[in-house]
Amino acid sequence: MRYQKWYGSMGRIAVFLVFVLLAVLVILPLVWMLLSSVKDNTSFLTEPWSWPKTFRIGNYWYALKYGVGRYFLNSLLVTVVSVFLTVVFSALAAYAVSRFQFKGRNLVFLFILGGMMISPEVNLVSLFKLMQNLKLYNTHLGLIITYCVFQFSFTVLLFRSYMLSLPRAVEESALLDGCSVLKLFIHIIIPMCKPILASGALFATMHAWNEYMFATVLIESDSLKTIPVGLVTLQAALRTDYPVLISGLVISASVVVIAFLVFQKQFIRGLSQGSIKG
Amino acid sequence: MKAYKNKKIMILFLAPVVLGLLVFVYYPLLQTVIGSLYEWVSYTPDQKWVGLKNYGAIFTGSGFGRILFNNIIYAALSVVCQVGLAMVLAACLEELFMRKFQGFFRTVLFLPSLISMSVIALLWKCIFNPNTGLLNTFLMNIGVQNPPTWLGDANLAIFCCIFISQWQYVGYCMLLDLIGIQKIPQELYEAALIDGAGSVKKFFYITLPMGKESMLVTAIITVIGSFKIFTEIQILTGGGPGRASEVLATAMYRSAFVNDEMGVASAYAVIIFVITLVLSLVQMKLSKTGGEADV
Repeated sequence: MRYQKWYGSMGRIAVFLVFVLLAVLVILPLVWMLLSSVKDNTSFLTEPWSWPKTFRIGNYWYALKYGVGRYFLNSLLVTVVSVFLTVVFSALAAYAVSRFQFKGRNLVFLFILGGMMISPEVNLVSLFKLMQNLKLYNTHLGLIITYCVFQFSFTVLLFRSYMLSLPRAVEESALLDGCSVLKLFIHIIIPMCKPILASGALFATMHAWNEYMFATVLIESDSLKTIPVGLVTLQAALRTDYPVLISGLVISASVVVIAFLVFQKQFIRGLSQGSIKG
Repeated sequence: MKAYKNKKIMILFLAPVVLGLLVFVYYPLLQTVIGSLYEWVSYTPDQKWVGLKNYGAIFTGSGFGRILFNNIIYAALSVVCQVGLAMVLAACLEELFMRKFQGFFRTVLFLPSLISMSVIALLWKCIFNPNTGLLNTFLMNIGVQNPPTWLGDANLAIFCCIFISQWQYVGYCMLLDLIGIQKIPQELYEAALIDGAGSVKKFFYITLPMGKESMLVTAIITVIGSFKIFTEIQILTGGGPGRASEVLATAMYRSAFVNDEMGVASAYAVIIFVITLVLSLVQMKLSKTGGEADV
């Protein structure tokens, strides 16, 4: 009995230590990033482990001036517009396939779902070509369309199953009272779907804010680049000035991390509703 | 409901999504398949029919074995960490004595997955820097002579990329598993406790069997993700040194935008498509969402 107790508590301590180790492994690089961002270049290169002797907040200013500010605004624009369009269009389509009765409804739904089978990587080359032909190459619109279409299938699936679970009584009486479908959609369905719309928006935001592959292939001008691509460009341009690059990384990372810490509860609820790997 | 039979409104509601998918997802897929049978370059319209030659060039090329190996090892290690390890970690956090710290560890381990992959990749590139990086200065300080060059080492590069990817995503998968475990009826655990089952037994006899199906689906999604992997490798090594850490998607990128062999690039895309399609169909068959999708 005594042996078992000792054995058990040793196990507990071991588990706890493993978690502490993992937490250090995660925190150390992030804290190092934060500290390195205010160092001067020499101390960054010669003593990466030391506490910064000078706090050069100016690095952030340089990073913003060298393009991060611009990239940031571009990312913001592309993300906001594409998330908005994804949510609105997906909600409309999900509403249609969950409520309307028409021939071929299952076929339409399968067509939409089928989009999930086609991964973005597969279409990289032909989308590059298509965007050139449509004069959408090197425009934010091209990027926005791309982000929307590859998010549609998943978002419609998410919204549809939620809409199917909603009670119909309110809708039915509204329709009997002569409410139009569009009004019903805007004033009754959308408010009832708010939590799932938020989850859909969350996934679309994470996708659009972090996407790299299309952003590097479909955008050519430096002034139009989004943050993930812009930082890689900056790395090549600032070959010798690491702390400024690192400041750029901190700016990009801190936005999502702060947003997460503030909205943690909603965030985790959203994840469990989507419950799928990105 | 008569209102729900209005064709005009129905078409209006469906149009943006259906047209978007048709023009920007399905049509380009067709173009990819057709394009893989021709020899063409990006800025001229001429295309020369070559049949399956592009595929032949890929399959007989010297690098293809290495590419497949890299994708497969990526998939295997990702499954071990993001399905196996993540589940074990989640079960540990649900143990009574860890509950107090659950919030903290959950948040900390989850954080990296929020940050853009290109930020993570650039950060680790600095850490792995052979001369001035955090890792090697530490190793040299504790007396290691000639520490490895990590991303510059042909044998290690792919494993460094895999490590970074696990570093970023294990916490995310652990969080999903935690949500899953919390959905398991508590009575099962209470009954097990009364029967005198320890933590390990509870894990093997309740948590694992209850989570089996979702773990299988997660495993397949992880494998699909590993065959599409692009961003980390492209930023960390660009497929190098040489072509040691090349994967399918970076090979496609290289063919298209470095070598300007759009036909070969399209053939790579078709290969990725076939692999991911087969895996997705298996996943649809297994997962509940797929069952529901049949309406």
